[in-house]
Amino acid sequence: MKVLIPVKRVLDYNLKVRVKPDGSGVDLSNLKMSINPFCEIAIEEAVRMKEGGGGHAKDSVTEVVAVSIGPDQAQETLRNALAIGADRGILVKADGEVEPLAVAKILKGVIEAEKPDLVILGKQAIDDDNNATAQMLAALLDWPQATFASKIVLAGSKATVTREVDGGLQTLDVELPAIISTDLRLNEPRYASLPNIMKAKKKPIDTKTPADYGVDTTPRLKVTKTAEPGKRQAGIKVKTTAELVGKLKEAGVI
Amino acid sequence: MAVLVIAEHDNASVKDATNKVVTAALAMGGDVDVLVAGSNAGGAAAAAAKIDGVRKVLHADGATLAKQMAEPLEALIVPLMANYDAVLFPASTTGKNAAPRVAAKLDVMQVSGVIGVEGADTFVRPIYAGNAIVTVKDSQPKKVLTVQPTAFKAAGNGGSASVETTAAPAGPFKSAFVSEEMAKSDRPELTAAKRVVSGGRALGSSEEFHKVLEPLADKLGAAVGASRAAVDAGYAPNDYQVGQTGKVVAPELYVAIGISGAIQHLAGMKDSKVIVAINKDEDAPIFQVADYGLVADYKTAVPELMDELTKAGV
Repeated sequence: MKVLIPVKRVLDYNLKVRVKPDGSGVDLSNLKMSINPFCEIAIEEAVRMKEGGGGHAKDSVTEVVAVSIGPDQAQETLRNALAIGADRGILVKADGEVEPLAVAKILKGVIEAEKPDLVILGKQAIDDDNNATAQMLAALLDWPQATFASKIVLAGSKATVTREVDGGLQTLDVELPAIISTDLRLNEPRYASLPNIMKAKKKPIDTKTPADYGVDTTPRLKVTKTAEPGKRQAGIKVKTTAELVGKLKEAGVI
Repeated sequence: MAVLVIAEHDNASVKDATNKVVTAALAMGGDVDVLVAGSNAGGAAAAAAKIDGVRKVLHADGATLAKQMAEPLEALIVPLMANYDAVLFPASTTGKNAAPRVAAKLDVMQVSGVIGVEGADTFVRPIYAGNAIVTVKDSQPKKVLTVQPTAFKAAGNGGSASVETTAAPAGPFKSAFVSEEMAKSDRPELTAAKRVVSGGRALGSSEEFHKVLEPLADKLGAAVGASRAAVDAGYAPNDYQVGQTGKVVAPELYVAIGISGAIQHLAGMKDSKVIVAINKDEDAPIFQVADYGLVADYKTAVPELMDELTKAGV
């Protein structure tokens, strides 16, 4: 069975974004970029399915293909996925912002060419926080979806997926081929070892363009302003719990 | 223009989130209808009809809608959109699961996690875990939005809209519900609670987390939340997590105990009306957003706080 893992290059999750003073966007110049953490979890899960870790039978997956849509530098993101254990990569070169709808359309093209049995994506990218690509892709393909997965069990022609939902957990069966999106607790991605990082440099990466899949990436939405969030004023320090209770009474919240 | 709001409900009644999304829909101008999609959901449909400002309620009822899964919701909502210019989903796990499917079928880019409506086509939403706020103009002929309910005031319940029945999709669908495990608690639900008591990694163990926080939560009639660090360490269940990747809450009172205040946690609670922080590290970032900060060890501060609350008649 073949698994396709889309991965996105985003601002490193440890860094705080700066809004440009003129409100035209965020300033990413000279900042470290990394693989989106939810995408990293997706790669890790697919590699475990291949290696036989995390409760998966060995070789339940035979090939893991990583795909990234982005600028030239997204190649580094693909190398990162290859170092975790993906077998090969596809870079769909696109500069500027590509919205989830266009990403889903490109991925549909990649899937029609690659014919994977399963596609695992991160539930959201930590830059635009849309939480949309996996679901859009499922709709475009008319495939079933299981989003926000915290556990995946492969069983023949279906996958049993436990999802994190408001108030608890929900378990679904999806017929394969299917789309799964990852939540944080699905697994803890490994640190790629130096030999694997070296090996990843030799793994093949194909380069494509959105035009190869007939997709126009012009954004549908127009961002007219980017601003800093309203700052909350730091309040006061109280010395004792008695003073605290007094203040809460004054504020009318107890 | 006509706007369709997808109700958040449990078949018996509608959740407060629905009233809040109706407020967002009304801010776009035009007529607002509410769709209640469920199974034996007559109670929820009747409740939705009472929401102020609603023109009519569409009620779709059937076995395929029992768990409000994404594929049947898509099959139901996409044809209905012939009559609407926009559809608004609450940014709950149910809404976030289904909305992009509807958007893709309509060939529309959705606007996610809307926290402000500045007209029929202009919306405000956070990016980068709330560290930047963008204003977005959506000129597409159909609009699909997920709306962060905590950012809007709930519409009242003094209305009397009509209820119209619409057919549930027949199926079959390629995904099937197997089971669910919902946290059972007498405490209020985290995202709807008026008061929240949250604990962080400083609590040190699952036992301590529950022993310290639960009596205080019960005294305040509060829900219990946790930071991601506490959840990752296994002190609290997953669904307690407050933050950008967990739940977004905006209660009247938020009490953060032993929480340092990582950016991603702050993104999930900074719209609370009053924030109290108890932490022994006086440099903890949580104090930069707290209205009332107490630099103290929770081990002594929480029992003292309980005593003071009792003295104050709480």
